[in-house]
Amino acid sequence: MTPALETIGLTRAFGAVTVADGIDFRLAPGARHALIGPNGAGKTSFVNLVTGALAPSAGRVLLDGADVTRLAPAARARRGIVRSFQITSLFRNLTVLENVTLAVTERHGAGGGMIRPAGKRRALIEEAWAGLEQLGLADEAARPVRTLAYGRQRLVELAVALALRPRVLLLDEPAAGVPAEEAGRIVAAVEGLPAELAVLIIEHDLELVFRLARRITVLVAGRVLMEGSPAEVAEDPRVREVYLGGRRA
Amino acid sequence: MIAADPVAALAARHRWRWPEALPWLAAVAAFFLFPGYLALGAQILASILYGLSIDLVLGYGGIVTLGQAAFFGTGAYTAGLLAAHGMGAPEPGLIAAGLAAAALGALSGLAVLRLSGLAQLMATLMVAAMLQSAADKASAITGGADGLQNMAVGKVLGLFAFGLYGRTAYLYALAVLFLCFLGMRALVHSPFGRSLVGMRENAARMTALGAPVFARRLIAYTIAAGMAGISGALYAQSTGFVAPDSLGFDRSGNILVMLLLGGIGRLYGAFIGVPLFMVAQDRLSDLDPAYWYFWIGLGLVLMVRFARGGILGLAARIRRE
Ligand SMILES: Nc1ncnc2c1ncn2[C@@H]1O[C@H](COP(=O)(O)OP(=O)(O)O)[C@@H](O)[C@H]1O
Ligand SMILES: [Mg+2]
Repeated sequence: MTPALETIGLTRAFGAVTVADGIDFRLAPGARHALIGPNGAGKTSFVNLVTGALAPSAGRVLLDGADVTRLAPAARARRGIVRSFQITSLFRNLTVLENVTLAVTERHGAGGGMIRPAGKRRALIEEAWAGLEQLGLADEAARPVRTLAYGRQRLVELAVALALRPRVLLLDEPAAGVPAEEAGRIVAAVEGLPAELAVLIIEHDLELVFRLARRITVLVAGRVLMEGSPAEVAEDPRVREVYLGGRRA
Repeated sequence: MIAADPVAALAARHRWRWPEALPWLAAVAAFFLFPGYLALGAQILASILYGLSIDLVLGYGGIVTLGQAAFFGTGAYTAGLLAAHGMGAPEPGLIAAGLAAAALGALSGLAVLRLSGLAQLMATLMVAAMLQSAADKASAITGGADGLQNMAVGKVLGLFAFGLYGRTAYLYALAVLFLCFLGMRALVHSPFGRSLVGMRENAARMTALGAPVFARRLIAYTIAAGMAGISGALYAQSTGFVAPDSLGFDRSGNILVMLLLGGIGRLYGAFIGVPLFMVAQDRLSDLDPAYWYFWIGLGLVLMVRFARGGILGLAARIRRE
């Protein structure tokens, strides 16, 4: 079966630091796949390379078998490569509902319309609203994002990503540092995603990883150390040494 | 208190509200109340349009520019040269000026918008400075530093001549401003306008949503340039004169001050900041010709200290409390 997402020999360095060292990676359709590794391993850089935010020095990115390496980041997003940001990246002065409505509007290809008022496209706003309700954010819909607590902002971050109805979803530490209630919501949302959607989740909390992921890739210093089922990864002595040894306290 | 229904509130954002009638009522009232100041009034109205163009690029688009006069002056010279060469009909002149300035906006935007921060600021400055020095040098065409003087501007609608008291100029400027404002208002409430605000807030996020950030900014920059050009043409036609300072730094800088004063990114900031600044300039330069700019500067410092969002920002804050 053609992978939903594939990278071939993806490589990139920042000066002397190689953040991606010939990464060959496949994400199957419907995958629940975790990417783990110590801080600075290159996990976020990998997401940046896949979305196009970072240009590789070598290697290719394929979406459903089609080469997207030369596509601009926005074009890749329109094709369904969607990410959430490790460092919350939202429209802080806009309301929660506006944040998600912007995403819905772009997904419908309506973001360039210059004549009809945005408010008249009520269906788009309703769709955004439905996304908020699903994540328990409806009560905060009219509040500027900047006034929300961190955990709630992380939920908005997820709501914005989901509003794009991704084909491939890359979640960069969606629940790190988030209070239990919101973390629970995030996990529930990920568990409730459509079965055919391919999900890659970067996460430090191994308990969460084992709960969500059916496959795990371990990245160390820009290289794939191993890939396997959660059981295989848990038993691998190299993983224990490298990953657990370098893990954040 | 949070609105009862956030969906309905967002869906109603573009609806007209009664205070939006105030600037127009004030403008009509001023026509009857200050018959001796209509020439100044026409310049104020043209400058409000110029302020709107700044609000579009900077307030909504988040594009920092110190060279909007490039477009203002291009519009002024386009209308001026047409009128000096026997094509003095004001309406076609206005349209030609808007198109010329928009074309320059699109062209220079291709370069300017690839930059960011200080480099972008310098690039906008350079475009205007280059044009100003070109207008200065090409005296055979532009009249050089003396300005373009032999303009023969025709009648508005073929009926109303630009007279000494500025009645025609005032009403003409008011009508043009109103039409342009309707367009601008529709634009900022459109999905395109909302996405501009998104890009201003967080361009990387808009890209991740799939929005073509560069293309949309270029469109906004081009439209704003066209508006500035129309404003320059209004100036040229109502004064019958164009000089290189229409492309100058003062022209780019003062309008920023006026908009900051009124409130930026709020659509109505220009309607407050521009008249306030220009009337203050007119009065203070009479009362205190040497130091009038000092008083404006002082006002600005106080505003930045106590009312970041300009007068409109302050008003919104007071209303919320
Ligand atoms: N834009 C950048 N410029 C220079 N170095 C960077 C940049 N982005 C990341 N790095 C470096 O690349 C390495 C990998 O970073 P990152 O991909 O964020 O790791 P992870 O997400 O696994 O913690 C780190 O050493 C980081 O300092
Ligand atoms: Mg990271």
